[in-house]
Amino acid sequence: MSIALVMFLAFVAVTLGITYWAARRSSGANAYFAAGRQITGWQNGIAVAGDYMSAASFLGIAGIIAFQGYDGFMYSVGWLVAYLTVLLVVAEPLRNAGKYTMADVLAYRLRPRPVRAMASLSTLTVSTFYMIAQMVGAGALVSLLLKDSGISYQAAVIGVGVLMIVYVVFGGMLATTWVQIIKAILLMAGTVLLSILVMARFGFSLASFFDAVAHVTYHEGGVLLTRDFLQPGLRFKPPYGALDLISLGLALIFGTAGLPHILVRFYTVPDARTARISVVWAMAIIGAFYILTTFLGFGAATIIGRDRIATGGGTNMSAPLLAAELGGEVFFAFVSAIAFATILAVVAGLTISASTSFAHDFYTNVLHRGAERGPGEEVRVARATAFVVGAVAIAAAILLGPNANVAFLVALAFAVAASANLPVIVLSLFWRRFNTTGAVAGLATGLAASIILILVGPSVKLLDPPPFPLENPGILSIPLGFLGAVLGTFLGREPEAEEKFDELIVRANTGLGAEKASAH
Amino acid sequence: MRQKTDPPPPPVEPPGADAKLDAAEWRRVAATPEFKALLDAKRRFIVPATVFFVVYYFALPVLVGYAPRLMERKVLGPVNLAYLFALSQFFMAWIIAALYVRAAGRFDRMAAGVIERLRGRRGGA
Repeated sequence: MSIALVMFLAFVAVTLGITYWAARRSSGANAYFAAGRQITGWQNGIAVAGDYMSAASFLGIAGIIAFQGYDGFMYSVGWLVAYLTVLLVVAEPLRNAGKYTMADVLAYRLRPRPVRAMASLSTLTVSTFYMIAQMVGAGALVSLLLKDSGISYQAAVIGVGVLMIVYVVFGGMLATTWVQIIKAILLMAGTVLLSILVMARFGFSLASFFDAVAHVTYHEGGVLLTRDFLQPGLRFKPPYGALDLISLGLALIFGTAGLPHILVRFYTVPDARTARISVVWAMAIIGAFYILTTFLGFGAATIIGRDRIATGGGTNMSAPLLAAELGGEVFFAFVSAIAFATILAVVAGLTISASTSFAHDFYTNVLHRGAERGPGEEVRVARATAFVVGAVAIAAAILLGPNANVAFLVALAFAVAASANLPVIVLSLFWRRFNTTGAVAGLATGLAASIILILVGPSVKLLDPPPFPLENPGILSIPLGFLGAVLGTFLGREPEAEEKFDELIVRANTGLGAEKASAH
Repeated sequence: MRQKTDPPPPPVEPPGADAKLDAAEWRRVAATPEFKALLDAKRRFIVPATVFFVVYYFALPVLVGYAPRLMERKVLGPVNLAYLFALSQFFMAWIIAALYVRAAGRFDRMAAGVIERLRGRRGGA
């Protein structure tokens, strides 16, 4: 058995122990969906970071920087700055006015059934697409990292899927939170260690490190090139590169505050003040991590080099290969185990947000008009949904196979979150005139625009040549989402929605009547 | 606190998830000078802060995309303006977050004042 497998199994054992503890401890909907709202500020901050920093961050960003230099770092910047939108606009009103899901805030003053049905559809779309991307990545990684252990792509996908189902079905939000916290701590430890080892290679001199980054050599088409990797433009090339970069930025900055699995984390804390503190903790950790991607990515570019990464497993292997080069087999195993832990924590967060939205928004509130037909029904439905969501993600990941291009699924998730979810959240909190027709139209337009523009864009190539030239649809789909919401609103008046606006803003801004933490 | 004599059962403070006010009462709370001052104070911080960070952030992709010559200028040894500007974004985000947390302490006290006033009025009624 390889050391990587042993370390991974240790992580699995610890997290299953936590799930067992959480399952014994928690009962009731508040406990299952929101961890009893007793998570503290720093705990939730670390959990948000663990929920957010996916394999795309750890392996993907390191790989893009290693191959395309500066342009990859642009992702890092956007992924942190996005949290200002969460902090300033969304987190506190959401905590004050909602219960379990994003749709709670919308349903507050709008007609609940159409709004929740659309919001649930958009949540399930974002979560499922994001999850399939993670699962394909997980399977591909395992077959690369554990190729001596004889674990196939299918077995890896099923293993990850079953684990995430176990965490969510049995442990609920409490177990999910602790899986995310442990993962975030491991990820930070690995990243800091790797960065120190990179700097040690350069005698802890930033000058010689950046000197090396300015002269990276690699082969392209059989020609030996020397490039300054701090120079922009290796990834985002003319004629549309600049526009794509701006469009990507829009999706990141406005999409993060509409990601359902991030938003539900703010229901796990006792009050809005703690939600605020947790965003600040998350920003400290996430920011530190993304600054360190400088050393991970450029370190891989200078110490290993594009040529050797390409033959050693491709872009996504940049960070693990760097670990192997600098820290030997044990460190390679540690970093590989962190990569698994990263994927597991993120898919668990996605699963619980998807199943919460289905059970709370669609099943209870749309199908049964807000009434549970028996005690604990909503939690039972959520557990069943988690099972189904997990099974669908496993099946989709196996059908797509390890070589599927899934990066567009993550772009799609951010685009839908920014174009469908964010406009309606913002308008329902800040615009008295906003109404049900507007919310449904905004969600539908944002969702449709994101999906269609990605399908006709260059990542999917449904049509050749692609009629839409950008990989990221945000620059067009976000304004369309807002436009749909505003035009829909002007189709009619809804006096009840306008009347309840006073109640919503008082609750959202003072915390009056906010959901309280369960008694100890 | 303000209920000196026989507090009404069930206790009204602090109004929890069960706080039921009717539409007219919510409208009255929304119209109090305390609540309006709270919204104004929040708006005075959040709107400029949001505009600032959005402009500062998008200056990066815009300049990188449309003024590459300027951004490629080396300013600190081999380190160019593009990298330093990107790095500065992290500190910009952290500074705005810190300023917001400081201002939010004031918003919390103002919100407590709004609730206190409502509680006093209901307890006394």
